[in-house]
Amino acid sequence: MSSTVLLHLVTYAAIIAFLLAVVIRFIRINSMPMHLRWELYPVAHEPGAKARYGGSHLEEIDWWTKPKESSRINEMRYMIPEMLFLVALFEHNRKLWLRSFPFHFGLYLLSGTIGFIFFGAILELAGIPVTNGENASIIGMGVFYLTQIIGVIGMTLAAFGSIGLLHIRLTDPDLSDYTSANAIFNLVFFIVVLMIAWITFILIDPTYQLTRAYIQSLVTFNFAAPVESALLGIEILLSVLLIAYIPMTHMSHFFLKWFTYHKIRWDDEGYTPGSKLEKKIFQQVQYPVTWSAPHLKADGKKNWLDIATEEIDEK
Amino acid sequence: MKKRVKINDVSKPTAQLTCVDPSDQPPFPAPMDESYTAPEWKPLSEKAKDQYEINLDGTLVLSLPKPKNKEEEDELVRQFLSGLEKLFTKENNWTFLQPMVLSMENCARCQTCSDSCHIYEMSGKNDIYRPTYRAEILRRLYFKYLKPGGKFFGKWRHGDIDLNWQTVSRLAELAYRCNLCRRCASTCPIGVDNGLITHDLRKLFSQEMGIHPTELHDNGAVLQMKVGSSTGMNPLVVKDNIEFIDEDTTDKTGIKTETPWDVEGADVLLLHNAGEILSWPENHGAFATLFNAAGISWTLSSESQEALGYDNINYGLFYDDFMLAKVAIKHAKAAAKLGVKKIVLGECGHAHKALTVIADRVLTGDLNIPRESAITLMENIVSSGKIEFDPSRNDFPVTLHDPCNMVRLMGIVEPQRKILRKLCPQFREMTPHGVNNYCCGGGSGFALMSGHNFEDWRMQVASRKKLDQILNAFKDEMDSSIHKYICAPCSNCKGSMRDIIHYYDLWNKYGIGYGGIVELIVNAMVDVKPGYIEWEMY
Repeated sequence: MSSTVLLHLVTYAAIIAFLLAVVIRFIRINSMPMHLRWELYPVAHEPGAKARYGGSHLEEIDWWTKPKESSRINEMRYMIPEMLFLVALFEHNRKLWLRSFPFHFGLYLLSGTIGFIFFGAILELAGIPVTNGENASIIGMGVFYLTQIIGVIGMTLAAFGSIGLLHIRLTDPDLSDYTSANAIFNLVFFIVVLMIAWITFILIDPTYQLTRAYIQSLVTFNFAAPVESALLGIEILLSVLLIAYIPMTHMSHFFLKWFTYHKIRWDDEGYTPGSKLEKKIFQQVQYPVTWSAPHLKADGKKNWLDIATEEIDEK
Repeated sequence: MKKRVKINDVSKPTAQLTCVDPSDQPPFPAPMDESYTAPEWKPLSEKAKDQYEINLDGTLVLSLPKPKNKEEEDELVRQFLSGLEKLFTKENNWTFLQPMVLSMENCARCQTCSDSCHIYEMSGKNDIYRPTYRAEILRRLYFKYLKPGGKFFGKWRHGDIDLNWQTVSRLAELAYRCNLCRRCASTCPIGVDNGLITHDLRKLFSQEMGIHPTELHDNGAVLQMKVGSSTGMNPLVVKDNIEFIDEDTTDKTGIKTETPWDVEGADVLLLHNAGEILSWPENHGAFATLFNAAGISWTLSSESQEALGYDNINYGLFYDDFMLAKVAIKHAKAAAKLGVKKIVLGECGHAHKALTVIADRVLTGDLNIPRESAITLMENIVSSGKIEFDPSRNDFPVTLHDPCNMVRLMGIVEPQRKILRKLCPQFREMTPHGVNNYCCGGGSGFALMSGHNFEDWRMQVASRKKLDQILNAFKDEMDSSIHKYICAPCSNCKGSMRDIIHYYDLWNKYGIGYGGIVELIVNAMVDVKPGYIEWEMY
């Protein structure tokens, strides 16, 4: 099997691994039992000023008699800046934000770059050249320049951020004891991939044309299409391995953060008779309990409800 | 240079892992100048040193007996590991499994939460008080013992940890060096909740090993289940006390005060923290005066067995899901039995959260009787115009302490401020306040705990940030002849304020007193004889 074919197969496998890891972790978390309420204010979907100062519907007299309002706009007003600019980190840990923000924003831009390369590859397959040459179409030229601009900014920010994060992890005594060998490996992995990406960009593929060609070969399942440069091949290989690796680590917070916010911090859904929530709770209180402490007298036969409603007979 | 305590140190067989070094701690705020020295910690008794495991920081909450031999140590470690496994099964911990797993697996170890923690800050940034310290120990144990390949790859992936009796006993005590105020969680960029991890660590010790503070379990939840109240008051005693309060309130206010008991079909079942009745009787007197004047149809309940009607405390919230559920169900039963329209929770933060929010999803069917904060109802009364007020009666400096359970964890922020802005001309906020407030240092049951020398730790570490906030709020009026009022609408927080004032002699030195919010309301009622707030009480 040629190295080109192997690279294609690894790329497909990495994409599948990435998607599978995301889906499996999502399903695993999503299928966990309905938990007790544990919200933390401010809750972003509270209406009006409440979302700002941290108020809730519980401030209202006879709150259960009033329709529960929820503001998607307030939620977006919080979520979008948080996702893009890491506002919480900016407010509470500026030193780390100076490194973490460029790293994350750089990765967003690089994700966008991959998107533009992919789009460019499709355009070229459709006969629209992605170029800044004489006969370039507006769309072709637009994709050409956008790919380059966000690619360069993304690589710069992500490289600066990852090196900064590695430096602070190794030198800050508040962080070093909490930094595992794996965390160092992860950052080094990013730095290596980004450095090779820079070198490849400067020396081999300054217009992303070769990368676009590789994407075309992926899209058309043309395994025999040669990758023009060994360095580009290494860059592609490391990049796809990194992509597959991310959701298998704590970096999965890029999508699990949805749960920590929406399903815990902001989950203020109250009990309603006949609701799905009620059905789940009725099912869950039937779970047999095996805790061993003497005051609970759990024997693996009694269920959660039995124990919760039993009298205490401790001396 | 300050000595660092590393995570691995927790399992080392040193006599004591660390101590609070006063030279590391931030200076006391003005006007407590540099010449002020905090009281020496009370020395531990020889008996305590002989009998109990004192291997963390020189104080103790749990009074864990020292194991007699290695076999006993190993058995306790085995029990801990068994509890750790159960903590991550849906059958045993469906109540918090999802939030726990998310918090265990997504922490970036960025330490953002550390700087938000008043205990870490005021200890002089002692490593063991970081919200992440105990959480990281548990995290490493989780990855090492519960995840596939953990024993082989755990060290490389998540860091090293040894599990032995030192680790277990120190973790048990460490679970009680956190107020569970969740300020750390509110600053986490990822939404990880190290406060929850502490909460569930307490549950592990209680639900699997039967290890819990006596103040919360035996003298708290168990006593409440047996006689009706953690104060030990049975229905006869509580009725007797209320009768006395009614008489006293009638004298003080000039208005005939009567407390209705067990009124079927009343609109409101008022559920107090019974500690108010014993320690702050003026609180109930003010409630009775205000509710009667506003024409509220209300009642107290004397239920003490099948239902719990006159003590809203629910200490299970701090250490044990089953104790929480048992008490919450009995609270709801008291209301169901009387057929009231709603339960109104008196000035007690943790009771607010336990019954209104945490127990909400398990109070199903007939037990899901609406629960409302007394603060909300009082704000409604004050702004309704039914009662005439004279704010000049409250013309003294007032600041507001925000109970974490009521504010950050329930979003009840503005009603209390509306009352104070209307009735207290010299009201001023603490900095920071609202959902960004700091705990009083008594949260998660600490206000009840003063055994051995724990009070010294509590006052000099956990409550020190609040002391700082209080003194800053009144910094321009420190003359002791100017009476100042910390409004703390929560029994546990009031207990903490009482201790801070006593420990640092704030009344004698600076004229700083404290109380609830309903007392301020009644103090300003035109129909009430002037002087409901009695400064002489301090």
